[in-house]
Amino acid sequence: MATADAVQALQERFPDLGIEPRPLMRYLNGKPSDQLWVRVPADRLLEVLTFLRDDERTKFEALADLGGIDYLNYPDAEDRFAVIYNLLSHTHGHRLWVKVFVNDPDPEIPSATSVWKGAEWPEREVFDMFGIRFPGHPDLRRILMPQNFVDYPLRKDYPLHGKGEREAFEVLTRDSA
Amino acid sequence: MSPVSYDLNRADVRPDEIQEDRWTLNFGPQHPATHTTLRLVLEVEGERIVGCTPDIGFLHSGFEKLAEHLDYNQYVVVTDRMNYVSPIANNIAWHAACEKLLGIEITPRCKAIRTICAELARIQDHLVCAACTGLDLGGLTAFLYGFNARETIYDLFEALTGARFTVSYTRVGGLAQDIPPGWVEKARDFVRNVLPPALKDVEALLLRNRIFIERVKGVGVISHDDAINWSLTGPIARGSGVRRDLRKDEPYLCYEDDWDRQGADAVEFKVPVAYGGDVLSRFLVRLEECRQSASIIEQMLERIPAGPINVLADEKTTLPSKREIYFSIEGVIHHFQKIMTNRGLEPPVGEAYAANETANGELGFFLASDGGRAAYRARCRPPSFINYQVFPAAIVGHQISDVPAVLNSLNIIAAELDR
Repeated sequence: MATADAVQALQERFPDLGIEPRPLMRYLNGKPSDQLWVRVPADRLLEVLTFLRDDERTKFEALADLGGIDYLNYPDAEDRFAVIYNLLSHTHGHRLWVKVFVNDPDPEIPSATSVWKGAEWPEREVFDMFGIRFPGHPDLRRILMPQNFVDYPLRKDYPLHGKGEREAFEVLTRDSA
Repeated sequence: MSPVSYDLNRADVRPDEIQEDRWTLNFGPQHPATHTTLRLVLEVEGERIVGCTPDIGFLHSGFEKLAEHLDYNQYVVVTDRMNYVSPIANNIAWHAACEKLLGIEITPRCKAIRTICAELARIQDHLVCAACTGLDLGGLTAFLYGFNARETIYDLFEALTGARFTVSYTRVGGLAQDIPPGWVEKARDFVRNVLPPALKDVEALLLRNRIFIERVKGVGVISHDDAINWSLTGPIARGSGVRRDLRKDEPYLCYEDDWDRQGADAVEFKVPVAYGGDVLSRFLVRLEECRQSASIIEQMLERIPAGPINVLADEKTTLPSKREIYFSIEGVIHHFQKIMTNRGLEPPVGEAYAANETANGELGFFLASDGGRAAYRARCRPPSFINYQVFPAAIVGHQISDVPAVLNSLNIIAAELDR
């Protein structure tokens, strides 16, 4: 069963969302790539993901990957942040990318940990790197950066060399430790 | 389980006020059994673990941020440093994603060489992991046999790329250089005469050892459904009975039929699956995968097609060969067009995802391009990071001495884990 069938099943179940599959890439010769993505609003996300996991035609049992992206300077971008869910079906062997767009201030997306346990650390990472909050997450803390870090390093307005955090680190000596 | 406080110092390791024998124990980050800098905060009752909170990020190097500032050829150097146990597999996965973004199909010779390298990397990674399973449980001898065989792979990579460790071998649309004379024979000697005795030694030392078996059997069990729900891939998922291997399910390189576009068959191999879900199952899957990889290498060494290793220079999607640069004006112009900071490879606006089956599981890159010379966003799907989140669930209920065994069977590479 191809990804297009899964998208069709999604469209039939959620006609009000106006879901329309788009290729991730259109090459210079006009050919689209074989990878499809759909846009889902944040407030209906869990409903959609649960349907995609359980329905016979879709059966996306696994969340292969989850990652954030900051479309600040991206050509023709309307929204600032997106979280991209890379869904994988073990039964049918197909993949689908689901994008959820959110904006400043207070970007929030319901947590997918209730659908797939594997979303736990990737969501913490998105929170750490982009500052997108996931209400419903069991343990939403920074995962890679120090707990007292204040910025979100993978946002496009954060410079490559940091904002001087490196210099501000407390230095422990043998006497003070 | 409530998260454990992270502000932990030695004075805090004390009996719990309510339950007399509940303690908090700090494991790592500097501990020989964690291999690299991992930290675990364990809650223990006597010797039994009742709670575990991993604390990661000590080796965070921000490689996704770096990818937004380095171009598609430069970044291969950073991918060497992700999973440094099998760096060449990362090179191949990165450029597979770049080529998907650019819409390039690489030449048959390049595909064959990349397949051989990817399988050598798998053997390299599995040998370390399988041998270290012995080391972590107190059997140093098995470790040395495994490392001895791995040394030959480093020699092969040195002859191929000029570097033993950080190889940086692939380029967009091809490879840095072709295989040197005599390399095929050396590689064949490795898979025929060096690897099989090493695997046999490791197996004989460990699998017939009652102490080893009792310490790995039934330890760190991950069920089939859990493995899928936790997004596990690679030998860990296959050790839990999940029959999935990207080489079979989403074939690429020479795992695909008709890979040379002239009707060549895909390489033949079996995907080993074990159903125990424990440390032993994962160990057995890794050993068998080594044998399957050796058979793939042997098949491919016979079948390396003649022809160029890079896609045609006229298409301007690859770096020209050094010969062209030094001896023709067009070559110099082409070279400058690709490496100067205001030029470069400029893929169309769009996104692409490509994943390879590496030793630890699915290593994927999600690339977004805004038409510039560097990726707008390069999300890496690191198998170590995704696989490690199952660790607390797998270790709870076991004893402290089981921590190294389970940790090792997940084969965590901290540089990749800490991103």
